[in-house]
Order: sequence, then structure tokens, then C-alpha cells
Amino acid sequence: MSERFHDIGLTVNGEEVRERVDARKTLVDFLREDLSLTGSHVGCEHGVCGACTVRVDNVVVRGCLMLAVQCDGTRVETIEGVSDLGEIADLQSAFETRNALQCGYCTPGMLLTAQELLARGDVPSRDAIRAHLSGNYCRCTGYHAIVDAIEAVAQSRAGGRR
Amino acid sequence: MKPAPFAYERARSLDHAIELIGGAEDTRLLAGGQSLIATLNMRLSRPQLIVDINRVPGLDHIRRRDGHIEIGALVRHAQAERSAEMTAHAPLIAKALPFIGHPAIRNRGTIGGSIAFGDPAAELPACFVALDGEAVIAGPAGTRVVKADQFYKGLFESALTPRDILTAIRLPATIADMRTGFAEFARRHGDYALAGLAASARPNGKTLSEVRLVFFGVAATPVRARNAEAALANGDIEAAARALATDLDPPDDVQATGAVKRQLAGVLLRRVALELMEGRT
Repeated sequence: MSERFHDIGLTVNGEEVRERVDARKTLVDFLREDLSLTGSHVGCEHGVCGACTVRVDNVVVRGCLMLAVQCDGTRVETIEGVSDLGEIADLQSAFETRNALQCGYCTPGMLLTAQELLARGDVPSRDAIRAHLSGNYCRCTGYHAIVDAIEAVAQSRAGGRR
Repeated sequence: MKPAPFAYERARSLDHAIELIGGAEDTRLLAGGQSLIATLNMRLSRPQLIVDINRVPGLDHIRRRDGHIEIGALVRHAQAERSAEMTAHAPLIAKALPFIGHPAIRNRGTIGGSIAFGDPAAELPACFVALDGEAVIAGPAGTRVVKADQFYKGLFESALTPRDILTAIRLPATIADMRTGFAEFARRHGDYALAGLAASARPNGKTLSEVRLVFFGVAATPVRARNAEAALANGDIEAAARALATDLDPPDDVQATGAVKRQLAGVLLRRVALELMEGRT
């Protein structure tokens, strides 16, 4: 008999988590409501805005377009974990310096999406940065400052490697 | 919004998945989920049972065999984008992939899901028809193969029954002289296209043969513009653009009127025709 409720075990920001979830609960709702990780935001709930962006098994995904029950056995990382590890400290600092956020609602998603692009290791063109961010809405900044911040970090990380 | 309640099962194998969808009414297969979960969230879809096939082994291969390139249904868009095999032997798909959704969507979305769902404004169904591909379908009675031209039947309706699973698509591996073209118009990069065109052809002296022009976003299914194909085979781009008046009858939708889509189709055709004729593959 097929069931609505399932026991899942996963790693969230390096910590083992075991919970019983309703199959219909999305990953982002699970993170926010069951684990109180409210850094991932809920915007459109149909994959358009990017506010719910998180990482599952090292790739950036929409937290509203995955079910929590699907994440059994996976490794999930949210803005809280990525932030605490210092992985994106330079990017966060650049966002602040360049006014790449105002209300901050889109920022966790922007940071994780930008980090995926930057992790490739090259210095992307401004067009490539814009294309990569096309799935993340910001209603405050007009994007220009966000692109500036990401470009600056790409250049400084490339400089650091030389 | 939040999804209505449903039961969930994770299929262990293809046979298990077929058994699960055959054993209940109103089931949906969950692959990448990038369309399905959005429709669940909006309660446009309220299935009783979701059968998750993400961990079914043997459905995520990209391989060449017998002059074909076979793409497993669970190959993610991002995986296909990184595949040298795809770039070399399915260049039309490689051209189309960057237009599909956004990076986070492409990390999850699957080739099989896109082909099976058959959104009329989606890129891959049109590429599949333009490349004269084949769908490999597993069902309770065994496996069968359906040609792309016979696959799409109507709006979100295909040769797949509710008891079937698309396991792979096969495309003729591109040979040296094959030419392809792709273009679309969307309001924002990665959004569904207002109108788009996927095309393939073979050069034949100064003209083209085996021209396939497949428009998307302009009808209930991907649609071949057969009169325009004939005109383009004769090398007459303007005649091909005029022929779209008989080939296409785009309905109005929330994004654009039919008249706008018709105009865009002509612009796309002129762009893609140059790509085909000049061999900028």
C-alpha cells in the first residue's frame, strides 16, 4: 500500500537529520518549517524566481521543485551552512560593498547561484553572469550591482590563483 | 500554493515502476520534476500517487550505437550540456540546451521528462521531431519504438499511455554533412519561448534536401512547416517565409497574439534558413 508519510534521513549542512515527512512537502518548506533554516526563501513556488535556491549533492536546485521525500540519502546545503563554512565570504562582502542587495529576499539564492558559476574557476563575461542569473529575480537592485559584485569576485579569485 | 496530498513510492527498477503505475489510478511519474512539481504546487495536477523514477538504474546513459545516439530518459539537461558525445553527434540538442530554463532547472530537469511531458513551447520536443528521432517506450506489454513524427498527438498528449514509461530517445548520430539550426524568442532568457524553431537539413549542391523545420510555441504540439520545408529545399527563403501563412495558424495565448507569433515565426525562419544554407552548424 502506498503511503503519504515517509521516514527520511539526509545530511543538512553537515548534520545528520532524520524526520518523518508528508510526501507533498517541498524541500524548501521542510528546511524552513521542520529544521527552522529560514535563510532559503519561498517566492513564487513554481520555479521561476530562484528565492528557494539550495544545493543538493553539490548542485544548485530549486527548493520548491524538489520534494523533501526525494532528498532521502542526499547531502543538502543551505545558505546557512555555506555561509558558516566561509566558502562565499568574499562574495558576501562584495555584495555588501557594492550594494548588490537591498531587501535581501533574493540574496541567498543569488549567492548560491553565483557561487556555482564562480566555482568553475574562470572569469565569466558580464553576459555569461547575466545568463547564469537569469533564473533569479531581484526586484530591488536592477541587477547591475549584483553583476558588478560577481565580476569583481571572479577577478579577485583569479588574481589570487596567479 | 502547496500540493494537494498524494502517496509516494520510489521505484527500484523499471519493472517496479511499471508495476506501480499499473497498480493505481491517477498516478504520475516523477523524473526531474521541474514541470510536474510546479503543477502540483499550483494544484493544476492532483494525482493520487507519485512514482519517483529518479533512482531507477540504467536510464542515464548517453551512448552511440548502430548509427544512433541513445539518450536515457533520466539524463539531466546539465549532464547533456557537458557531454562531448552530445556536442559531436547531436549538435542541434547542444544548441537548444542553453535555452532550457535556468541553470538550477537544468541541473534537475531530464531529457526524457521534457520529451514525455511535451510542453508545446518546450525546446526538446521540437528538436526531437526535427532530428527524426525515435522514442523507446516500456509498458506492461513490453518495449516498443515510436517515431518522433508519430509521437505527439495533441496538447500534452503523446503516444505514451498512463501505463507507459519513456526509457530513452534515439537520434540519428549526425553525419558530416548534416546541418542544424535553432532559434527562439523569449521575454527573458530561459523562459518558455513565444515562438521557436528547430531545424535540420542536408546540403545538396546549392540547395538543401531532407529539410525539417519544426516550430514550437505556435500550436498544441511541435509542428512541421511542410510547405516552407519544400520552398527552402529549393533555396527560396522568402517563399519559405510566405509559406508559413499556410503551414502555421498560431492561436493567441497569454504571452502573445497569434499575429505576433506568426510574425516571429517568419523572423526565426529567415535566421535559421541562413544557418542551414551557409552551413554554420
